[in-house]
Amino acid sequence: MDLTYTAEQDAFRKEARAWLEANAPSAPLASFDTKAGFEAHREWEKTLHAGGFAMVPWPVEYGGRGADLLEWLVFEEEYYRAGAPGRVNQNGIFLLGPTIMEYGTPEQKARFLPKMASSEEVWCQGWSEPNAGSDMAAIQTTAVRDGDHFVINGQKTWASRGAYAHWLFGLFRTDPDSKRHKGLSFILAPMDLPGMTVRPIQKINGKAAFSEVFFDDVRVPVENLLGPEGEGWNVAMATAGFERGLMLRSPARFQSTANRLVRLYRKTVERGAPVAPGMRERVARCWMDAEAYSLNTYQTVSKLLGGGKIGAEASLNKIFWSELDMRMHELGLELLGPRAELLPGAPAAGDVGDWLDGYIFALSGPIYAGTNQIQRNIIAERILGLPRK
Amino acid sequence: MDFDFNEDQRLLQQALRDFLAGECPPAWVRAQWETDTGRDGPFWKRLAEVGVPGLLVPEAQGGLGMDETDLALLLEETGRAGLAEPVVATSVGVALLRELSGDLAAEWLPKVASGDARLAVGHAGSPFVADAHVADLLFLANEGALHAVPAAQVRIEAQPSVDGSQRLFLVGFDVGEPVAEGDLAQALLDAALDRGAFCSAAEALGVADRLIELAVEYATQREQFGVAIGSFQAVKHMLADVKVELEYARSHVYRAAHSVATAAPTRAVDVSMAKLAACDAANAAAKISLQVHGAIGYTYEQDVHVWMKRAWSLDLAYGDSVFHRGRLCAGVIDQTIPAFAFGYQPLNP
Repeated sequence: MDLTYTAEQDAFRKEARAWLEANAPSAPLASFDTKAGFEAHREWEKTLHAGGFAMVPWPVEYGGRGADLLEWLVFEEEYYRAGAPGRVNQNGIFLLGPTIMEYGTPEQKARFLPKMASSEEVWCQGWSEPNAGSDMAAIQTTAVRDGDHFVINGQKTWASRGAYAHWLFGLFRTDPDSKRHKGLSFILAPMDLPGMTVRPIQKINGKAAFSEVFFDDVRVPVENLLGPEGEGWNVAMATAGFERGLMLRSPARFQSTANRLVRLYRKTVERGAPVAPGMRERVARCWMDAEAYSLNTYQTVSKLLGGGKIGAEASLNKIFWSELDMRMHELGLELLGPRAELLPGAPAAGDVGDWLDGYIFALSGPIYAGTNQIQRNIIAERILGLPRK
Repeated sequence: MDFDFNEDQRLLQQALRDFLAGECPPAWVRAQWETDTGRDGPFWKRLAEVGVPGLLVPEAQGGLGMDETDLALLLEETGRAGLAEPVVATSVGVALLRELSGDLAAEWLPKVASGDARLAVGHAGSPFVADAHVADLLFLANEGALHAVPAAQVRIEAQPSVDGSQRLFLVGFDVGEPVAEGDLAQALLDAALDRGAFCSAAEALGVADRLIELAVEYATQREQFGVAIGSFQAVKHMLADVKVELEYARSHVYRAAHSVATAAPTRAVDVSMAKLAACDAANAAAKISLQVHGAIGYTYEQDVHVWMKRAWSLDLAYGDSVFHRGRLCAGVIDQTIPAFAFGYQPLNP
């Protein structure tokens, strides 16, 4: 066990910090759940890409930096320290990217990864359906082989940034006679194909954060199949592992929120505003939990670099970060007192910051990427070994 | 940066797990509750042959010359086994002897490594001294000075604990020449408290794991409504939640091992986080294991209470939760002692 950084890692941190200080936008960009904000975030991704920091752990040939996962963690720490914008292409770069790396053909890697790294092409996820939520194996949307195309019919939903994204990756039933986990395939589809209709859905803050996607005889070339036909479930589970386990929610995100929470607490006390008894410790505990998440991630990365794999443990992470995120934002709002409900434009809003928006987003944490109840089932059955039935 | 244990450390852990599974099964642990001392001299000798009490003793003095990152995994195993022997106090005492060096260390370290001496440590975290009745040498504080007192020179009064494995005493002694005074004594006592708290946290991980294991075994074989109760989501989700708590506590404990071994500036806060996280996990595991077992778990005959009481007493050992919560807040909120986030996120950039 060695918890010190190498000289190279320290040098990389310095380089990343200096670059971010010089290049990160000084004011927050508009939400990437709006068209203007989406484009502003893509612009930022272009800058990031030009600076060589868009995809730190990816091979250079695909638009990455060729660094290892430890350097990626260092970069994430610096990224959140700099308060840089959210990653508009997160479903692509953090979820689909690693999946293509694992299952893609050389042609697919060359075709998709570089444009993903630069966010020239932004991706959304097409997994859930109206009748396939927690029970994802109930997917009904079909992709029937017709010559060198799949013909897709059906409906996907909850595609984050689906209203603006250029490509969709999803799970489709390629064997119409199949049941449950069998006969599914992982297919990549551009969003502008004939027969494809995108209907934005407003999330509880009123922004068109996700979409329904309707498929009516949509023809997708067979070379857009990722992994073997009929093996889509296993390919998707690899993606889900990245989503729950490591890449989508890096620890720096929560450490940064915890640090902001500590500062908010101190500021609130300094200006003499009332603070609930016990608040001091609850804030400190959040900081401690964010720390645990960071330490745990470094453990996971050490294990991966030593040749290990992430399995069902990803479900432990997902519960931990999603609940921590809610807890921190609840305390943030409590510290704001009566101002907690004010929208940022309200004249008396002052320095309420984005605690409210953060809280609304945090509320989705226990739902997306597989509900926390599903994660608990996975932990109980696959880690603890309790009976399925 | 390598936040993982090596092959040798894992092998040593497995060897101790196998040894304890064979040598001190629950029936043996429970039999110890009923004896006068609760301790087994010949067993301690055998534990020394496996290298446990001498782990932190330098090789020149007959020990293994290892550090707390090696010790962490072994203490998980003593915790898992519910082992009632002074492994923690002796480890803390060994570190004091190492620091003090000189004749005292030369005399006692070889004896500890060979299993011929046990140590006890009094500290600011509690008025009681654990295992004072079997210790051959006791480290005791008096008015800011640290004393090393042989067994013959102490007066002890037993304070029976709800945990039959925990033997506590109030200790008096005739104050002689101290082994350290002033700042040195304070630094040694602080380090001893931190080391003991880290060790207790590592044991608590094993206790929590064992309590979860007991619950899983029971929920798998116990049937109601015609099925194993472990197939019910209400049962699964309780156990999944405590498993999450345990795994994140583990991260704190392993980091604390490193901070104690390297005397990191953040040692105090790192140790307090480990102690809080691990003991909270053990206490949560105890409650949930009891609930999963239902009425049968509430009986004296069943083993759940043995580990539950271990969780309770470890929570109080080397600083209770009030003490460690205070230190956490001092570090994170008041910033009067060093606390910085892993990966250099400054608290107040």
